[in-house]
Amino acid sequence: MINIKDLCKYYLVGEERVRALDHATLHVLPGEFVSIIGPSGSGKSTLMNIIGCLDIADAGSYHLDDLPIESYSENQLARIRNEKIGFVFQQFNLIPKLSAEENVELPLIYQKMPKAQRTERVRAALERVGLTQRAKHLPTELSGGQQQRVAIARAIVTNPKLILADEPTGALDSKTSQEIIDIFHELHRQGNTIVLITHDNDVAKQASRSIHILDGRITEVTL
Amino acid sequence: MLSFRMALRSISSNKLRAMLTMLGIIIGVMALVVLVSLVSGATTSVTDTISGLGSNLLTVTIEDDKGQPITMETLENWTETEESFGLLAHYASDSLTGSAKGESGTFTVYGTTPDYYDIQGLQLAMGRFLKQSDMENQTYACIINETAAEELIGYVDCVGQAISLNGVKHTIVGVLQDDEDNLTSVFSSGSLVAYVSYGSLLRLSTTVASDITTFYVSAAEGKTMEDAEAAMTQLLMERFELDEDAFTVSTQDALEDTMSSITSMLTVMLGGIAAISLVVGGIGIMNIMMVTVTERTREIGIRKAIGASRGTILTQFLMEAVVLCMMGCCLGIFMSWAILQIVNTVVVSLNMHFTLNVTVVMIAVAFCFLIGIVFGLYPANKAAKMKPIDALHYGG
Repeated sequence: MINIKDLCKYYLVGEERVRALDHATLHVLPGEFVSIIGPSGSGKSTLMNIIGCLDIADAGSYHLDDLPIESYSENQLARIRNEKIGFVFQQFNLIPKLSAEENVELPLIYQKMPKAQRTERVRAALERVGLTQRAKHLPTELSGGQQQRVAIARAIVTNPKLILADEPTGALDSKTSQEIIDIFHELHRQGNTIVLITHDNDVAKQASRSIHILDGRITEVTL
Repeated sequence: MLSFRMALRSISSNKLRAMLTMLGIIIGVMALVVLVSLVSGATTSVTDTISGLGSNLLTVTIEDDKGQPITMETLENWTETEESFGLLAHYASDSLTGSAKGESGTFTVYGTTPDYYDIQGLQLAMGRFLKQSDMENQTYACIINETAAEELIGYVDCVGQAISLNGVKHTIVGVLQDDEDNLTSVFSSGSLVAYVSYGSLLRLSTTVASDITTFYVSAAEGKTMEDAEAAMTQLLMERFELDEDAFTVSTQDALEDTMSSITSMLTVMLGGIAAISLVVGGIGIMNIMMVTVTERTREIGIRKAIGASRGTILTQFLMEAVVLCMMGCCLGIFMSWAILQIVNTVVVSLNMHFTLNVTVVMIAVAFCFLIGIVFGLYPANKAAKMKPIDALHYGG
């Protein structure tokens, strides 16, 4: 599923060149639930951006679902993100003007899916996260946990190959966090591939495999 | 369609700002539509008046007589043989100095025939017009208009008084009413006019030739102007060796042409000024779209992350600019309509009616659309070019 080899990414901070990723190598198989754990500044956000096709590495190779990501244009990457990846962010990143169901519908609109099919998919996705009752609400009318569940519905509505979660529980209390993690477990059981990025050991431990990242270097730990 | 709904939604989420932004477009459209509609409304009403006045006669002008000048005999002959002609009256005019009782002024002096009176529908205030005997004897009889009588003599009842034209003494035999419903009066309103026999004018003027170059024709009873025009054209074609350029036969007057060239110039000028205010409105749209794009950087990031392409984002923001422009345009047109209604009630006494000029409304719509595209393109492109990762992390 994910095949990363010798990936490097540099940033210029003033005069200094900082290595955010230093020859990182990583494999994730289909159906796996992997967590990537590291403190802030360890390069995990950079790794997440690259895995999510939001950014391109300076060196090394990245294959997602056997596609060589470096060779695609910006618009092609948008399409790959749309079809193959479902994002869940720490800050939920819902569009405030759109209702819950409209937020979930958005990726399908970008796929130019017909209206009837969209409505059905959105309904199903909201049902899976248990938010059917709140479909018409605006994000501001929902609690943090509910917002994150809308975001998860938006991530799974396209049936992506990969669900990429960046600190999905970072902005939630521990009880809500556990509910969200439970949803991820459920998705994993249904056969989804999940990559979860976190700095929290308790969250990381829930995955079937954990990968540590520190100063841009990766060490693999199986739990 | 969907992007249209999204655009409406995003505009309605900040109504006051949208309204203020649209104000520039609204004012621009109003300026354009109202000004042009007013000018074209006034033009229509004036042209109607003019053509109403001059529609019962033909004006024939000879440009080149090809050695066969038209004489009085020719005209008499035509009157008798051609049954579609009513009256024919030839005339010439010159500017001469007229003086009486120590006062003097520049007169437009017409040398013509008795039929001129009927053909032009003149009205006498007193006295008589030219008679056949004036023509034959080339008398020094002269008819002046009321304006001339009042200005030179001091009163209208001046039949029998003397007036000298270019130093030659004439007797006033009649005074014409200043009638506003008459074409010649419209032309000569406020000016001094005198009529003498054609032969008299020949003696007075150095520029008028004895060959007839201009004459009026009216249609005979039961015949239309079209019949008369066709017959006249036929006659002149035969006479002048089928050369169309040797003469002109016109049913309407040059005044109308002048009017239309003046008003069309006025329309273009006013329209141009109004178009500038529309462009200013467009800059306002661009300005607010730049702000909108910056404000919604994060939204753009989210949309890109979940798969919006550059084109999608570009369309979204471009659509917003165009919708904003078109809403302003519609409001502007509606308010123009309202203003014209108000103007109509105010100037009801002027016997003018103003309606929305369809052409200018269509131009306004097209122009607003264009402005939306042109001024929306830069901000929309700025949004489309944002990198998803930078946009996502903007402002936290």
